Amino acid sequence: MTRLPVKKTYKLFVGGEFPRSESGRTYEAEGQNVARASRKDVRDAVKAARAAQPKWAGATAYNRGQVLYRLAEMVEARAGEFAELSTGREEVERAIDRIVWYAGWADKLAQVIGSSNPVAGPYFNFTVPEPTGVVAVLAPEEPPLLGLVSRLIPPVVGGNSVVAVASETRPLAAIELAEAVATSDVPGGVINILTGYRRELGPVLASHMDVNALDLAGADGDSPELERLAAENVKRVVHGRADVQSPWEIASFLELKTVWHPIGQ
Amino acid sequence: MTELDKKQIGVPVPPDWAYAPAPESRDIVRLQERYGHFVGGDWLEPAETYTTISPATEEPLAEVGQATPEEVDRAVAAARAAFENGWSGLAASERAKYLFRIARILQERAREFAVLESLNGGKPIKESRDVDLPLAAAHFFYYAGWADKLEYAFPNRRPHPIGVAGQIIPWNFPLLMLAWKIAPALAAGNTVVLKPAETTPLTALLFADVLRQAELPAGVVNLLTGDGRTGAALVEHPGVDKIAFTGSTEVGKAIQRQLAGSGKRLTLELGGKAANIVFDDAALDQAVEGIVNGIYFNQGHVCCAGSRLLVQESIYEPLVEKLRRRLETLRVGDPLDKNTDVGAINSAQQLAKIRELVASGEEEGAQIYQPPCRLPEKGYWFVPTVFTEVAQSYRIAQEEIFGPVLSVLTFRTPEEALEKANNTPYGLSAGVWTEKGSRILWMAQRLRAGVVWANTFNRFDPTSPFGGYKESGFGREGGLHGLEPYLRFDE
Repeated sequence: MTRLPVKKTYKLFVGGEFPRSESGRTYEAEGQNVARASRKDVRDAVKAARAAQPKWAGATAYNRGQVLYRLAEMVEARAGEFAELSTGREEVERAIDRIVWYAGWADKLAQVIGSSNPVAGPYFNFTVPEPTGVVAVLAPEEPPLLGLVSRLIPPVVGGNSVVAVASETRPLAAIELAEAVATSDVPGGVINILTGYRRELGPVLASHMDVNALDLAGADGDSPELERLAAENVKRVVHGRADVQSPWEIASFLELKTVWHPIGQ
Repeated sequence: MTELDKKQIGVPVPPDWAYAPAPESRDIVRLQERYGHFVGGDWLEPAETYTTISPATEEPLAEVGQATPEEVDRAVAAARAAFENGWSGLAASERAKYLFRIARILQERAREFAVLESLNGGKPIKESRDVDLPLAAAHFFYYAGWADKLEYAFPNRRPHPIGVAGQIIPWNFPLLMLAWKIAPALAAGNTVVLKPAETTPLTALLFADVLRQAELPAGVVNLLTGDGRTGAALVEHPGVDKIAFTGSTEVGKAIQRQLAGSGKRLTLELGGKAANIVFDDAALDQAVEGIVNGIYFNQGHVCCAGSRLLVQESIYEPLVEKLRRRLETLRVGDPLDKNTDVGAINSAQQLAKIRELVASGEEEGAQIYQPPCRLPEKGYWFVPTVFTEVAQSYRIAQEEIFGPVLSVLTFRTPEEALEKANNTPYGLSAGVWTEKGSRILWMAQRLRAGVVWANTFNRFDPTSPFGGYKESGFGREGGLHGLEPYLRFDE
C-alpha cells in the first residue's frame, strides 16, 4: 500500500510564528492554497518587526554575522526542497552564497561606511552607520528565492527588521525560506514574510507610519503611487534590483549618525 | 495689543545694563535697486519682481525677480548646456581650482557678505561674521580638494556626476546653505540651478559676483530668486536630474510626493525638534551656555536647534534659575550691532507663527518666562522665551517653532530621557550633557538623530556629515558622505 503524504499548509511568517491570515483568505499559487494576507496582517507584521528591531540592532555585529551565517546553513540543509521551488540548484547555491557573503559584512560596515572627521576645532568627531528601523520589501516576482534573498538580507545584516511580501506568483520558496529562518537563530520578528496580492499589500506598507524604508523591487506599475504614499513619513525609497550583491545595498537602509565631543583636560 | 506684546514692549531696561551702540557700517555693501536672475553667466531681466526688505527695520532693500516657469526653463537649459559643453569633461583638478578660487574670494569679501547677510536676514553680525562666512568659505575649500580625489572617496565604484542639480535653500543660513549645496555639487562635476529663499535672496545674488571674479564658466551655477512657486517649477522641470532641498518637513513631503515616479534623485534636510538632555552630574554653567547657544543662536531659526530641554529632576531648579539669569544678559536688537546676541525674526510670517505657537503654550498650561527686554519699534522681534511645566503632548513640545522659544521638560532616569527625546517624528539632532563618558556613548547610540552633540551644541564643520533620521529627511551634507548624493556609480 502506498503511503499518503502529509501535505503542508502554507501560512504567513510573523513574529517568529506561522499564522494563517486573520482574514481567513487564501489564494492559489503554484498549485497550492497560500495565505492571502490582509491589511491587518500587515499591521501585525510591522508591529512585530518594530518590537524586534532594537534588540537585533543592539546585538553585536559579530553576533549578527554569525546568526546570518547560521541561516545560510539552514538553507543549505534544505537545498533540495529549495531547488524544486525555485529555478533550480544554481539559484539555490547563489542564494546561499549571497547570505554568507552578506553575513561577513555585519562587522565590517562601520569601518567601510563610517568615518572619523577631522573638524577644525578641539572636538572628537565620528560618523557611524545605524539601521533605519523597519524596512518593507516588495520582493521581485523572479527569481523566487534569489530575488527575495537579495532584497531581504541587506537590510537585515545592517540591523533593520523587515516585512517582506513574497513573489505573488511563486510564493512557495519564500515560505520555505521562512521555515529556514524559523529554525535559524534569527530572532522572531526580525524577518517577517507575507504572501498575498502585492497590489493589496503594497499601499498598506507604503503608507504605514511605522515603516522607515520601502524597497520597491517587486512593484509592478504602481511604484509612483507607492512612492507618493511613502512621502507621508519621509520613507527612504529604494528601487532594488533582483540580482545584485553589494555593500551599498546594505547602505541604502542605513542612517549615518555623527557624534561630537569636546577635547580638553 | 495682546498681553504678550505688552510684556515685550512694556518692561523697562535697567539702566545698569545699557550698552553703547557698536554698529557695523553698512557702507561696504552696495545694493542695486533691482536684480535679475543669474542665468548662463549673465543677468536675465525678470518678468516679475518683488521687494526684499530688512526684517530689522522693514525698509525695502531691492527689487528682485520672481522667477516664472519660463525663466526656470532657461536656467535649466543653461545648466544643461554648461554640463554637456565642458564642465563635466573638464579635468577634475581644474574643477577643484575653480572651487578653491571661490573659497578664497569668499574669505576676501567676508565682511561685505556678513553685513549683507545680517541686513537681509536679521541675524546678528557677530554670527554672520564668525559662523556663516568662515563656514561657507571652508565648505568650498573642503569640497574643492575632493573634486580630483573622488575615486579615493568611493573606491571600486567608478563615480560620475549626475547632471543638473536643482537646489532649494532656506532663509536661516542663506549663504552657508548655498555653500553646503553648491560646493559638493560642483566638486562632483554637476552644474546647478539654485533658488535662495524668498526672504533672503541678496547674498546669493552677490555670490554671482564671486563667480564672475572666479571666472567660473557660464551656466555652471545659475541663480533664480522667487517664492515657492519658483521652487515647485524647478522640482517639476524634466531637465533636472537631482533635487536637493533644505526647509520645512511639510514642503519636503510635498516635494517627495511631487517627484514620485520621476526617477529624479532627491535629498531632504528638513525640520527638527531636538532634545538637549542635561544629567545631574553635568557641568551646569557649561550646560547653560550650551542650552542658550542651542536655542537662541540665530533667533532659534535653526533646524537642529535644541528646542526641547530635558533636565534631570534633581537639578531642575538650579538649572532653570541659572538659565533665567543668563537670559537677562542676552542683548536683543539691531543685527548690525556687534554686541547683539539675538537679532530680528526673519519675516512677519515667521513672527506670526512663533506668536501662534507661544500663545498655544500658554493656553495649554505651560509657564512662560521672558526676560525684561526693550525691542525696537520697527521690524520683527521676539523676546527669548522659556516655557516650563511643559507636557510632552503640548504643541510647543511637538512642533518645530523655529524661533527663540525653549520648552523645558524633566526626567528621572536615562531610559526616561531617551524615551522622551525619541518621542518625535523628527530626528535631526540631539544634545547630551554629563561628565560620565560611558553614559554619553550609551545615549549617543540610542538617540534616533543624525547629529549628537555631547557636552557641546550647534557645532558645524565641512568635514562632518549632517542630516536627519525619520521625518527630518534623508541624505547627508558635509564630509565624504555629502558627495554621494551628487554622484552616480557604475557598479
